[in-house]
Amino acid sequence: MKNSAPTRTSPRKRAVLRASVLGLVAALSVGLAACSTGPSSSSGLSAWSTTADRPYVEPSIKDWNSAHPDDQIKDNYFGTNDFKDKIRTAVSSDQAPTLVYNWGGGTLKSYVKAGLVRDLTSDLSGKTDWTQKIVPSVAQAGVVDSKTYAVPMSATAPVVLYFNKDVLKKAGVEAPQTWDELIASIPKFKAAGVAPISLGGGSKWPYLMWIEYLVDRIGGPEVFQNIVDNKPDAWSDPAVIKAGEMIRQLVDAGGFADGYASVSADTNADLALMVTGRAGMLLQGSWAYSGIKDIDPKFESDGKLGYAAFPAVDGGKGDPKSLAGNPSVYWSISAKATDAQAKKALDYITSDVWNDSYVKTMTDAGNIPPLTDAATKVKGDFATTLSDMVSEAPSFQQSWDLALSPAASAALWTQLDLLFGGTSTPKQFSDNMNKTLGK
Amino acid sequence: MTKTRNGGAGVENASAPSTWLVAPALILFLVFAIIPLAVALGLSFTSWDGLTAPVFNGVANWIRKLGDPVTYNALWLSFQVIIFSWIVQTPISLLIGVFTAGKQRYRAVLSALYFLPLILSSAAIAIAFKALLDPNYGLGQSLGIPLLSQDWLGNPHLVLYVVIFVIAWQFIPFHSLLYQAGARQIPPSLYEAAQLDGAGRVRQFFSITVPQLKNTIVTSSTLMVVGSLTYFDIVYVLTQGGPGYATRLLPLDMYLTGFTASDLGGASVLAVLLVVIGLLLALALTKFSGFNRMNSQQEGA
Repeated sequence: MKNSAPTRTSPRKRAVLRASVLGLVAALSVGLAACSTGPSSSSGLSAWSTTADRPYVEPSIKDWNSAHPDDQIKDNYFGTNDFKDKIRTAVSSDQAPTLVYNWGGGTLKSYVKAGLVRDLTSDLSGKTDWTQKIVPSVAQAGVVDSKTYAVPMSATAPVVLYFNKDVLKKAGVEAPQTWDELIASIPKFKAAGVAPISLGGGSKWPYLMWIEYLVDRIGGPEVFQNIVDNKPDAWSDPAVIKAGEMIRQLVDAGGFADGYASVSADTNADLALMVTGRAGMLLQGSWAYSGIKDIDPKFESDGKLGYAAFPAVDGGKGDPKSLAGNPSVYWSISAKATDAQAKKALDYITSDVWNDSYVKTMTDAGNIPPLTDAATKVKGDFATTLSDMVSEAPSFQQSWDLALSPAASAALWTQLDLLFGGTSTPKQFSDNMNKTLGK
Repeated sequence: MTKTRNGGAGVENASAPSTWLVAPALILFLVFAIIPLAVALGLSFTSWDGLTAPVFNGVANWIRKLGDPVTYNALWLSFQVIIFSWIVQTPISLLIGVFTAGKQRYRAVLSALYFLPLILSSAAIAIAFKALLDPNYGLGQSLGIPLLSQDWLGNPHLVLYVVIFVIAWQFIPFHSLLYQAGARQIPPSLYEAAQLDGAGRVRQFFSITVPQLKNTIVTSSTLMVVGSLTYFDIVYVLTQGGPGYATRLLPLDMYLTGFTASDLGGASVLAVLLVVIGLLLALALTKFSGFNRMNSQQEGA
């Protein structure tokens, strides 16, 4: 196609035709590529992960590849949302990556149901050195019907209540230990001219953390387990209704910063409100910690940063030491992989994931590995406190949107939006969520 | 003159391109539009989560989706977006288009500025507006104007109008461009004659410019109406369809049903609905506006 300047002998018509044919050929070849079968790379091993976990996954795969020139793993990284879109179509096709990155819970269950991932129970039975390193409550999210289909590969991220100690002092408020103290502190914050709690409602998912903790504190982990098990009317459990009423109580009392429904947590705008002293508290995952430095590098060193477990609820059945959040992210092995490929992929996991350099990269960035000896490895007060909380937690509730089926979690986001916004009552919330059971 | 033009199709013309030239476009259209449409129609009769094989379930999806108040809410919202977008965008684009059609240099500079949003992607526009409308860090706070620091994207009564405003901000330049081109086609002799007859500027605008732009208005309106039906990116980035169902337009409802809730059968029902409504609207517009008859507007010019 060089020298494509039009001459008299090549009329424009023909050029147009040629361009269309080229376009058609290109389109068809894309279509054909999508239909072609066979292994996706020459060695046959591939891994898809998200950019969030790239900092430790990439070096570990590089190490593996240099030690195993014949069994190269081809790694790819995507943004979280891109990944979710891509894996949905890829995981059931012959292009499925050998190592399938997933969040355990509901997604994993749907993979297992469709026979897309390998049962690792017997493969791992000889690798107890490796499996015993991991905190059991975290490993649990990779288990479906008492068989292991996924193993943890990422940092553990509990949700905690962050404080701005400066603001608390100004308002004359002690860090609330119970729900009643939390409610009682609201007028004091308001009198001091600041918002009590920052909430990134514009991103929807921050709503989840409130109801997760409230239901757990009121009724214990069994309430949500009944929902996951699709027990009839599980969403109408008194604990869920009570949690809905308490959320309404908090919203109506003006607990959340004005315009919370427009505040985006994806851009850390909710965190910024707390760090810049315009709100006193924030319920967020441990991942928010790394964002604090970007907003105010001296926030922690000036002693303004406070954090604690979610307040207890008087008379509640749940243990106030229980946590909610993202236990970890997991590797599964595709059922499309041959036995030889699966064995190599598992070799990579058991030899390179959670080895010293993998853990060091993670802890250097202030993250908490889900390991039983994490407390000796983490760096900094924040990570040490949180890793103690993780090891002492009687239960670690996985984020509901990850634990539930995609249909139920999509409905949950919208229904929570309506509940917080006051458009639906706690009863309507439960009724509408009951309709998603078993879907 | 007009007769030969209208009846031109039947006249043998040596320079007319070969019918075969339509083949590439036709094949592309078939592969990328008609076949996927047929597939979607087929999928609408199945239950499919995207992971396992689709299972035929008859009209169950149709009954469920057509009995779901969320679908009607989405339809009603899309309808509102169509009407309000047209009411807001058409007069403004018409005025800007006619204004920038003038040959004066300052108008050329202004038109370059007006058209700036055209080169921005929808996602970029939505992200920028999301930041500007943030109640705590947005425009209202930085300018110190309390009126501007509303809960723009979180208030279910406001949010639809905010979305319509942002959509208008993005698309007015495009429609202005259409009107600018249309206005430049109007023969100056019409205005000269009107001036001799003593018609003022306003009179000239309503008696010459607007009637002469009839076809442009139809084109622009068709694009606006059918385009409004498929707005997705801006709304998705701005609100994800929220709060609650307040901005869950039909295309967004389709996406969320299909890809967030993994109900691809239900999403296909909505996709088919969208295509049917879009086609009906486009047909109705061309029929009632007389666009399909392609009348010349320059008789007597």
